[in-house]
Amino acid sequence: MTDALLTADAAGAPDPRRGRTADFEARVKKRNAAEKRFRFYGRLAIFVALAFLVTLLGRIVSQGYHAFTAYEVSLPVYIDPLRVDRANPMGANYDALIAEALLAKIGAPNDELGENLLAAQELVSTDLGFNLLDQIRKDPNLVGKTLTLKGPVKADAQLYLKHEIKRETAEGDRKISDQQMDWIDKLEKAGVITGGFNTRFFTASDSTEPEQAGVLGAIVGSALMLFVTALLAVPTGVLAAVYLEEFAPKNRWTDLIEVNINNLAAVPSIVYGLLGLALFINWMGVPRSSPLVGGLVLALMALPTVIIATRSALKAVPPSIREAALGVGASRTQTVFHHVLPLAVPGVMTGVILSLAHALGETAPLLMVGMVSFNPGIPESVTSAATVLPVQVFIWETASERAFHEKTAAAIMVLIGFMILMNLLAVIVRRKFERRW
Amino acid sequence: MQMTKNVTLARAEALPDHAPIKINAMGINVFYGEKQALFDVSIACPDRAVTALIGPSGCGKSTFLRCINRMNDTIVGCRVDGRIEIDNEDVNLKSLDPVVLRSRVGMVFQKPNPFPKSIFDNVAYGPKIHGFASSKSELEGIVEHSLKKAGLWGEVADRLHQPGTGLSGGQQQRLVIARAIAVNPEVILMDEPCSALDPIATAKIEELMDELREQYCIVIVTHSMAQAARVSQRTAFFHLGRLVEAGTTEAIFTNPTDPRTQDYITGRSG
Repeated sequence: MTDALLTADAAGAPDPRRGRTADFEARVKKRNAAEKRFRFYGRLAIFVALAFLVTLLGRIVSQGYHAFTAYEVSLPVYIDPLRVDRANPMGANYDALIAEALLAKIGAPNDELGENLLAAQELVSTDLGFNLLDQIRKDPNLVGKTLTLKGPVKADAQLYLKHEIKRETAEGDRKISDQQMDWIDKLEKAGVITGGFNTRFFTASDSTEPEQAGVLGAIVGSALMLFVTALLAVPTGVLAAVYLEEFAPKNRWTDLIEVNINNLAAVPSIVYGLLGLALFINWMGVPRSSPLVGGLVLALMALPTVIIATRSALKAVPPSIREAALGVGASRTQTVFHHVLPLAVPGVMTGVILSLAHALGETAPLLMVGMVSFNPGIPESVTSAATVLPVQVFIWETASERAFHEKTAAAIMVLIGFMILMNLLAVIVRRKFERRW
Repeated sequence: MQMTKNVTLARAEALPDHAPIKINAMGINVFYGEKQALFDVSIACPDRAVTALIGPSGCGKSTFLRCINRMNDTIVGCRVDGRIEIDNEDVNLKSLDPVVLRSRVGMVFQKPNPFPKSIFDNVAYGPKIHGFASSKSELEGIVEHSLKKAGLWGEVADRLHQPGTGLSGGQQQRLVIARAIAVNPEVILMDEPCSALDPIATAKIEELMDELREQYCIVIVTHSMAQAARVSQRTAFFHLGRLVEAGTTEAIFTNPTDPRTQDYITGRSG
């Protein structure tokens, strides 16, 4: 070849590598320009996507971070034996006792109409009164003594403390009067009201009073529901995928099944909710708004995704491994369970975790099976009524009280936190168990 | 004919014309769906000898090899007609479990395919699933014996519990041969076992084949005519799905009767 080229060159024939036409040069320029342009578009697309993400997260965080701090009162209250009957502690007005103690701290008089008393009552949560009653019922000897009560500041007063309700707003447009604002400032200065981390948000469940509401009930509900989902969807999905991929004959029927599984993965989730309502609640009598029924619905929803993820993980195992196992006389079941499935585990786990993370954030189908309910307690079992995190977000978002709005954003943050945790787990699992061949 | 003179032939005294027939294939037709891949192939492979199947790509030699241990069963739409006997037993009998057949007929593939497990587990897997070892020490004995036979023991004895996939290509291929030997087969099928290896590793495998031949019936598919000439006692030439010619390696390489064979081994076609 080289010889031939050299001879041609020597003979004066044009060297094919030299003397490109102007047309060719123009093409090269055009090509390079197109390349540059494409890179620019790509960067632009990434920038737009990131900008949206940052805006979204930024807004949630800026709205919700307040919910992670809370203001508490720490108030000494004298339990007047004249007002509290030792024999009948239920009969006393504890809220008034507390309000009076508060007024005393403020140094404001208790006027005859009791307006100041009412205004003071609006500053602290009703939780304090219930708390006091509980203590006295347990130990009637407390009557006649001074107790230091601790409890949350009422939600609206907290909004003022967090500068969400501002003095500049016209007095008629806000829930805290100028007088109450002065009092709050005074109490804060006196150290009666102190701010700190809102542990109550993580140790309490939903409440009608925003300052007492927390996400624990919803977290437990989500955990129970996800447990049911995983228990049903993972073994069923993995076995179905193994059978379809490794054992089932390839014919019209299996093609039909495959197409339908792919279709099911694309069915809107609310349809699964309707199915769950008809099937599990109306026909099978599973208790509504329980983690069990939610888990069943989400298992139906996650099943196609688990099957598809598992099948693609199985497909990714090189056929040479199957041949190697079959070649030494392993049966097909042995081949699959000794070699193919273990190699597919990282892929399967990734798919499973991601579909469970998806299920964790699912709301629409749960609305259909009665999960939108006010649940002040922590669910004890999979059959007791429960709320889950995304539904809790939904409930708080629709609440009219302003103090719930920061809770909404905070609950979203908790939900996203769990999602990130699960996705991280998926990455770790993949890294740890991935094997090369 | 010049080229054939340059290839060294396997030792002439090893030609087992009198050797008993181990594998006897009669009228094999293979179809992949509508497409016919093998046409009426009849061939006999003697015991304790290497039979080489040569021919251009796509001529059906691998397909034929995979008929012997019914590996084609796993291919969807593949149909095998005809009769293959090993020791006068039909391997295509419905009543014969392919699992049993494959414990008698080991296979080595083109690309070394050790399991992503330790060297020990690779070799021990076959005996384990077939229940050949009743104790751990017996299993260790089988593993050692097999690795020794595959000529790998000296290189891996001190790292049996390291992954088999960490070995070099040639070592992996010998590991795979040890894995096949461990189930104590009668026949070893090799599908282009050296095509992914360098010449030094190839030479080792070829040496190994020569040793193993004393005990097993070996059938090898190869693209290298030099390799066929070096390791085999019998050679069969396939072309377009048909068996063109089969005979002693010496006869095929020095005195082919069919012009197609002659063209192929002299490098004029294929």
